[in-house]
Amino acid sequence: MDAFLLQILNGLDKGSAYALIALGLTLIFGTLGVVNFAHGALFMIGAFCAVTLQRILNLSYETVDETQTDFLGNPLKVKTPYVESWFGPEAGAAIIDWSVPLAVLFAIPIMLAVGYVMERGLIKHFYKRPHADQILVTFGLAIVLQEVIKYFFGANPIQTPPPEALRGSLDIGVMFGFDPNAIIYPIWRLVYFAFSAVIIGGIFAFLQFTTFGMVVRAGMADRETVGLLGINIDRRFTIMFGIAAAVAGLAGVMYGPLNPPNYHMGMDFLVLSFVVVVVGGMGSLPGAVLAGFLLGILESFASTTWATTTIPGINQIIIYLVAIIVLLTRPRGLMGRKGVMEE
Amino acid sequence: MSNKSVTRRGVLKTGAVAGAGVALPTIFTASSAAAYTNEPTGGSVTLGFNVPQTGPYADEGNDELLAQQLAVEHLNGEGDGGCLNTFTSKALQGNGILGKKVEFVTGDTQTKSDAARASAKSMIEKDGAIMINGGSSSGVAVAVQGLCQEAGVIFMAGLTHANDTTGKDKKANGFRHFFNAYMSGAALAPVLANAYGKERRAYHLTADYNWGWTQEESIVASTEALGWETVNTVKTPLASTDFSSYIAPVLNSGADVLVLNHYGGNMVNSLTNAIQFGLLDKQANGKDFAIVVPLYSELMAAGAGENIKGVLGSMNWNWQLQDEGSKAFVKSFGEKYGKPPSNSAQTCYAQVLLYADACERAGTFNPCGVVEALEGFEFDGLGNGPTLYRADDHQCFKDVLVVKGNESPTNAYDTLEIVEVTPVEQVTYAPDHPMFSGGDLGQCNPGA
Repeated sequence: MDAFLLQILNGLDKGSAYALIALGLTLIFGTLGVVNFAHGALFMIGAFCAVTLQRILNLSYETVDETQTDFLGNPLKVKTPYVESWFGPEAGAAIIDWSVPLAVLFAIPIMLAVGYVMERGLIKHFYKRPHADQILVTFGLAIVLQEVIKYFFGANPIQTPPPEALRGSLDIGVMFGFDPNAIIYPIWRLVYFAFSAVIIGGIFAFLQFTTFGMVVRAGMADRETVGLLGINIDRRFTIMFGIAAAVAGLAGVMYGPLNPPNYHMGMDFLVLSFVVVVVGGMGSLPGAVLAGFLLGILESFASTTWATTTIPGINQIIIYLVAIIVLLTRPRGLMGRKGVMEE
Repeated sequence: MSNKSVTRRGVLKTGAVAGAGVALPTIFTASSAAAYTNEPTGGSVTLGFNVPQTGPYADEGNDELLAQQLAVEHLNGEGDGGCLNTFTSKALQGNGILGKKVEFVTGDTQTKSDAARASAKSMIEKDGAIMINGGSSSGVAVAVQGLCQEAGVIFMAGLTHANDTTGKDKKANGFRHFFNAYMSGAALAPVLANAYGKERRAYHLTADYNWGWTQEESIVASTEALGWETVNTVKTPLASTDFSSYIAPVLNSGADVLVLNHYGGNMVNSLTNAIQFGLLDKQANGKDFAIVVPLYSELMAAGAGENIKGVLGSMNWNWQLQDEGSKAFVKSFGEKYGKPPSNSAQTCYAQVLLYADACERAGTFNPCGVVEALEGFEFDGLGNGPTLYRADDHQCFKDVLVVKGNESPTNAYDTLEIVEVTPVEQVTYAPDHPMFSGGDLGQCNPGA
């Protein structure tokens, strides 16, 4: 039972990342009708916002310590971050320690701007082009973006650790009456899940309870009619693109402490996220979230020793297997609108 | 006076016969003009450096490239000479190789076998490279080694740790300076016994490809010989990015040691995940839980950050070694590039010097001469202590380092500390050892 619950938690955690990326993807497809293969790159850029802020906070001045030597035997240059000299060693160290949560604030304007520039600068020129053209150009853009990141940050993974207080793991089994040590789960993974839930909830609330959201939903249902009513739906859709980019970026920022960011992390998630969108239903926001968590949990269970010994390789194909079954039996996806991808 | 008129047909006939006569010597001698592939004819010789310049191992490839460029400088008599001053063979004089200036071309393996073969082929066929050096993957090494054997050039492998490179896939034209998975197991086992005792239960997570399998086999064999029990061996897809699903079952498996047979990004992520799950803070079977990473590299250590603290593993070489060869190389590399070299950089640097030295001693660039010069060659002064290039399998035998994640690093580079230098005798095995059986060196191929 404890092993079962652990894999459920793992699945929810994986599903959080899938759902956040897929949510943005399906939002873009639903509003602009664009298949955005650069969405994984936005997730990666988000993670590198955290890396960048970490580097900024660690900008240091050097003092020479004659008592120590470097690897060549020269006097050691000791680096002291500016924030430590400005705010004092303790406060400065605390700011650096909390660089990932701070990066959430840092990343929001950057990701909104990246999304805006991407949409206005490139993607709007492809609205009326076939999906194949959109895929090619956005995939090309994704490659360019990841190579730019590699140029500046290298190919090696870069650690963006969580704050000291949120490292380590929590014995959550005890809270639910299990034996001690039965269900131990990393604190940051729980934080990531909670963060995802808040973001997903926020997006739904924004679309459901604000006038802006109402117009966007109306535009998703019938863009032409909304336009005829005198509403500049294009501008709102551009803003939605920025919001989708920000969601992917924030998912990346918070993902860094789970697995150190590297330049190709976006590609690792891209294909899976598309499968999530297709399984959930193209353009369906609840579908993307449901499919994200569902596939995350299935993938976790497929990775257990029991599953891999019963059906070797199941851990690598489970998601695609589900996608095939869904596409064969219900081409519009679990919660897709009738008619979408069915004609 | 002759009245013979010159006809067009006559001119053509005469021209054809004369042309054939002039061409005759080359028609029959063209194939034998060069005694071997890419025999250098001018004042220079071209080496081919095939390293990952793109893809996830690009940083490691870049480090290899820097070291290879340094080796070329030293061969041509530039810079401070580096290990030419400490190498026990004194055949190299700093005037190139056999009096020819050393030049190089580079290829990008992308850490993909097909791309690596294509780049090696291009360097051999288009650029006239006489040897291929470098790389950061066993799959690539085996693929390129096979190509070099067919093409008739020497392959000096870079970072390749799978037993198969000098085991079932060994080739007469291929040579490996780097250590292998068997050696990691043999070096680590006594240290593990010392650190964690002889009654341990190990759980292996293994990257699901050739290198992972041979490392798992080697570590399982050496730890079981100690008395350890292997609780489970789980293969993880190479493309995995998150290992939480694989780590979670370890917690309640009855194991008290986790062995991560992962490299590169796999290792960085699996170790990070294991630390997140608090494995190192946990007790199992009344003992402190331990994690082992059998193959370390400096770049992986940097990627894993604080997570490697106290975690044991092995390496081919480390810049902190204090022998004269290591010091000379670190000084030369450090002063030029401002950072200490990685162990893959060191192996590539050593391989270039070893190749050049073999050519000098053989008096030829002919691959068969080089093979003969390298087989059974004993040397010192390149940073790993006394070393033998064994004739049976073209594997270098030298001391192996057991290292540990530094608990209190003082700078960005001393993330690993040397725990023990395992003497070569302890990591030496018979050429027909079962883990290396099934291959055949075959005959050297000079090509041409």
